[in-house]
Amino acid sequence: MTSHTPIIDLKGVTFGYPGGPLILRDLDFTLYPGQRIGVMAPNGSGKTTLFHLIMGLVKPLSGQISIFGKTLREEKDFAEVRRRIGLLFQDPDDQLFSPTVLEDVAFGPLNLGKTQAEAGAIARRTLDFLGLNGFEDRITFKLSGGEKRLVSLATVLAMEPDALLLDEPENALDARTRARLIEILPSLDLSYVLISHELDFLTSTADAVYTMENGKVLLDQEFRAHQHVHAHPLGARPHEHYALEDAHPPKQPPGKNE
Amino acid sequence: MLREPFAVGDSPLHRLDPRIRLVAAAGFSCVVAVCREFPALLAALILSMALVALARLRTGEVLRRLVVVNGLVAFIWAVIPFTFPGEALFRLGPFGAARDGVLLAAQITLKSNAIVLVFMALVATMSLATAGHALHQLRVPDKIVHLFLMTYRYIFVLEQEYHRLVRAACIRGFQPGTNLHTYRTYAYLVGMLFVRAVERAERVRWAMLCRGFKRKFYCLQEFKAGPGSAIFFSLMVAALVGVIALEFRVVEW
Repeated sequence: MTSHTPIIDLKGVTFGYPGGPLILRDLDFTLYPGQRIGVMAPNGSGKTTLFHLIMGLVKPLSGQISIFGKTLREEKDFAEVRRRIGLLFQDPDDQLFSPTVLEDVAFGPLNLGKTQAEAGAIARRTLDFLGLNGFEDRITFKLSGGEKRLVSLATVLAMEPDALLLDEPENALDARTRARLIEILPSLDLSYVLISHELDFLTSTADAVYTMENGKVLLDQEFRAHQHVHAHPLGARPHEHYALEDAHPPKQPPGKNE
Repeated sequence: MLREPFAVGDSPLHRLDPRIRLVAAAGFSCVVAVCREFPALLAALILSMALVALARLRTGEVLRRLVVVNGLVAFIWAVIPFTFPGEALFRLGPFGAARDGVLLAAQITLKSNAIVLVFMALVATMSLATAGHALHQLRVPDKIVHLFLMTYRYIFVLEQEYHRLVRAACIRGFQPGTNLHTYRTYAYLVGMLFVRAVERAERVRWAMLCRGFKRKFYCLQEFKAGPGSAIFFSLMVAALVGVIALEFRVVEW
């Protein structure tokens, strides 16, 4: 596989749930190694469905799904995909089902055939990396929302995937965990696709933002850093916003509109 | 929020091997459930109280649980003595309480309190997650253990979802009463809970598939039975033999 083989390549994919309208129509989408793509689109435009199609959780009505250069059709084709692409679910309660944090993070590696010792070591390493040491024996459902999100991310990273699909990871997060995510995501040596409703968050974590309309993914507006003048109560006090420069230095000089 | 107030603690019982505790509690329950003689039942009750004391559980919490159990036992007292045939021990108006019925109700009272106390001392003193893994190591079938652990995990989510629905009803002025509107609302609420549970189950299954689930669970927890556990187990066996001896009148009270 050369680095020019797309990780994900969807061609002419059409999907709708039985009895419902078509959600995705003749959709094309490609993710190349090294890309970090943000997707921002209204609710119901099929973003989550797109992820589920890539993971083989639902099957397209027509069109072609190729992952790592291989065209996938049946359930067993997708087993490999699930090892190499990690999906972070919208609701961490869906993702964390083991009683304790360590078991949940080790669940993936164990399924991949690691021994208990190896899986435990990978899980601890992943938790350490995310700053979650000391969480091993915590009970998953007693974690706070932000902790659940980070542990969910740990469960996905513990699979040592080549790419990530992140479904609204910033949703309902406290400011601190949000800032942690903005720090963590770009530092990962991984390609990813990230769904979010917040432009702020996307600019800090993605290289390009796509939108979805009429069941299609629309390319590709280049980013330009720009500033807003805005007013709000307590504006005179020193305070921070999640600005592009703070979290993720722009890849090119700021645009003219500044 | 559902809680497990007894699960954390530092008593001698908390430190015992969970597997030994589960086996001891199960053995105790079986023996007590089939005993009929009062000396044996009283000895069992005293043993269970001693274990609760050893586990250093908060008295208030223990009593609160006993009230629930004995609320059910009260129904037995209200019904069994008065429906049993035989000579009346005492009369309440037109109803006579049969001597055999009173004895049976008293047996049930002693048995249920003794068993509940032992479970508080031995089983409630570990988290349900630990209990699940201990059951797994005791070779309880995988499916039962997984059902148990997944129920434990998602009962909290369902509880939250239930409260969310109740709040949604309350903020629109819903007040439960004895009328069709209330029954219908609760029926919708329960129905909605089932629908959400099914959807949740599907998403959880997907999350498991995405992480390479192959219909097999692995357990990372390892248990070690130290000398303390061995001594405790021998003492429990001896105590139960004592109870059985009292039951068969091998020894007298």
